[in-house]
Amino acid sequence: MRHGKYPFVIGFLFAPVTLYVVFVIAPYAQAFQISMTNWRGLSAPQWVGFDNYRRLLDDGSFWKAVQHHGVLLLALPLITIAIALFFSFLLNVGGKSSGGQRQGVWGAKFYRVVFFFPQVLAVAIIAVLFQMVYRPNESGLINGVLMKLGFDPVLFLIRPNLALWSIIAVLVWQAVGFYVVLFSAGMASIPGEIYEAAEMDGATKVTLFFRVTLPLLWDTLQVAWVYLGIAAFDAFAIVAVLSVDGGGPDGATTVLAMEIYRNAFVYSKYGYASAMGVALFFLTLTFAALTLRLTKRESVEY
Amino acid sequence: MSITPEHPVELDRRTVLRRAAAVGMLATPAIGLLSACATSGDDKDNEQVAGGTKSATNPLGVKEDAPIEVIIFNGGYGEKYATDVHEPLYKKAFPKSEVKHQATQAVSTVLQPRFAGGNPPEFVNNSGEKFLDFGALVNDGQLQDLTELWDAPSVDDASKKVRDTVIPGVVEQGMFNTADGGRKPFVLYYVSTVYGIWYSGKLFKDNGWTAPTNWEQFKALCEQIKAKGITPYGYAGANAAYYQWNVILTQAAKIGGTDVLKNIDNLEDGAWKQDAVKQAAEAWAEIGAKYSDKSFEGLKHTDVQLRQNQGKVAFYPSGDWLENEQKKDTPAGFTYQLMPVPSLTASDKLPATAIRAAGGEGYFVSSKSKNPRGGMEYMRQMLSKAGARGFTETVGAATVVPAGSEGFQFPPGVASAQAALKAAGQDVFNMLFDNWYKELDTEARTATNELMFGRIKADAFVERIQKRADAIKKDSSVTKFKR
Repeated sequence: MRHGKYPFVIGFLFAPVTLYVVFVIAPYAQAFQISMTNWRGLSAPQWVGFDNYRRLLDDGSFWKAVQHHGVLLLALPLITIAIALFFSFLLNVGGKSSGGQRQGVWGAKFYRVVFFFPQVLAVAIIAVLFQMVYRPNESGLINGVLMKLGFDPVLFLIRPNLALWSIIAVLVWQAVGFYVVLFSAGMASIPGEIYEAAEMDGATKVTLFFRVTLPLLWDTLQVAWVYLGIAAFDAFAIVAVLSVDGGGPDGATTVLAMEIYRNAFVYSKYGYASAMGVALFFLTLTFAALTLRLTKRESVEY
Repeated sequence: MSITPEHPVELDRRTVLRRAAAVGMLATPAIGLLSACATSGDDKDNEQVAGGTKSATNPLGVKEDAPIEVIIFNGGYGEKYATDVHEPLYKKAFPKSEVKHQATQAVSTVLQPRFAGGNPPEFVNNSGEKFLDFGALVNDGQLQDLTELWDAPSVDDASKKVRDTVIPGVVEQGMFNTADGGRKPFVLYYVSTVYGIWYSGKLFKDNGWTAPTNWEQFKALCEQIKAKGITPYGYAGANAAYYQWNVILTQAAKIGGTDVLKNIDNLEDGAWKQDAVKQAAEAWAEIGAKYSDKSFEGLKHTDVQLRQNQGKVAFYPSGDWLENEQKKDTPAGFTYQLMPVPSLTASDKLPATAIRAAGGEGYFVSSKSKNPRGGMEYMRQMLSKAGARGFTETVGAATVVPAGSEGFQFPPGVASAQAALKAAGQDVFNMLFDNWYKELDTEARTATNELMFGRIKADAFVERIQKRADAIKKDSSVTKFKR
């Protein structure tokens, strides 16, 4: 059978690899090519070398966007993972133990479904929903209540130092459900005896969480961090639909994808937009490689 | 033209998918042949049809059975005027031809891949938030030179050229510089658009208020309106900040004369720092601070317009498409009325009646489409008396063909706009920089929000826009225009 192995493997790989090359590799490669031109989207482009990249260096909105990715990169994974861990701990091992089995808090099954709801909605729909939630006048969900109670409305998406955090809140809200499920699956595979043994030794719930759950969940956490980091490099749909004046006010919520979109589809500067795309590509790649390298550590076998 | 009626174009999942597909399509040809890259605009498959025989009824020599494709921006004017009026007119003239119709709210999303692929549609209504950059189109030779159309005999009177049936200045407005240094008409601006500040005739009558003509009256009235618990003035910062820079620049033109705007359009050094612009910005920043509402920055144009219909906002700046756009939400008896932007000082160069008016809604014919002559003929039909009349009857707005609106009973808002236009006489002006340089438009919008919602002062406002204008002037990849 050995001599037939390669044709067999190649036969299987042919279709997916072709598709991948056509729809993923080729556009990437072409983005590199276009980024070296001053293509305006219609007729043949002219080669301009690294001009576009040089221009990136003193483009204020580009650096603003990069800075926002920095904030997102810290805040989004940290907040999301913290909340998701807390919830999944409560849902899986936070309750009483019955017959030697750890249980979640009362109603855990119901909560699990509810937490997952945002994940089912399309991103654009979430953004539209939050337009209603954040609306700055009496017809907004939050401000309507506040104004009834006699408070001034909170200008969520308008105050420059609040706008980005309002966007982050939506991203977190949307992501938490998925990670609750991911972490729940991870926790389910931790043997109950370990908890039992730890409890017998007098461990509190807090100790249980930090000394048992967290170390045994490390691999899953690492995956979550990379996923969320990559999500932090996107955020386009939410920003495009939700923010004021397309990444505003005055660029306070802009992200790279928003700037790429604006340069390509509003200014018709496809060459320049591609240069931004290439920059984003390398940023994402660097992040993924760094995270995997830094979080590498012996996983605990059980 | 970016100053056009528009529905809020939300970015929905489908658009995202379509866009993703478009990107895929751009990339696909690249792997077919390494030499044939996606960015090559010419496509040899797209052979143009031969011309037909010229005759009195067919002066442009259209091939009678060649199909044409019509793309309409489905915004404030909808698409009915095309499907019910203009397309039937074309079909009547050329029964053997097939007219393909498509309406969209995102013109560039639909057409960008078509131009890149070399098979653009014949006739395009390039308008709305996502319109294609006219400058880029001209630069790439994608637009049909309309000289022949303007010189052709008109449908109704063979002794009159088409160019003589439209309002003066309309042909000029659609002219662009070409790469070889010439200047040719490429775009037809079809709708007569008058800009100003709108209020409810009923609200004002009930309260005994009259439209102010100078700044003292304007501010005094704003005080009274505020005392009534109504927000005196507002525009939507979330997506329609350009309605407000339009007001500021209109004010500047009144203070310093129309050359102020010409300098801005021509990217003259220090154009934005002219005194008139700064004065106008200062005056309006005060209105923003005292007589508007901070929350409007987070609202879309439809939200603020609705609030005006509900009697919560008194003055709202817009063009005369507003009445048609709000038709569904306007309570009976609301009576839209337009007032020109009030004079700021007694020494203003232009009188209080001066007004910004222009052809709105840009239409073009693709020179690289299969049947460009058909596209021009479609325009000729649009510009006929029947075509203009039908448009006016369908959407309630005047066209650039005066014969089409003769004796037509306009709704009160458009009627007041037409009256204001008449009162303005020769003091009618326009600005074009937003069409020519979209980056400058974006910067002006952002700066306007910063100014009107109190984060920067007039000095910083003119400073930052001037900086962007200078950068555009230096950018060799951007085609420059002059008027």
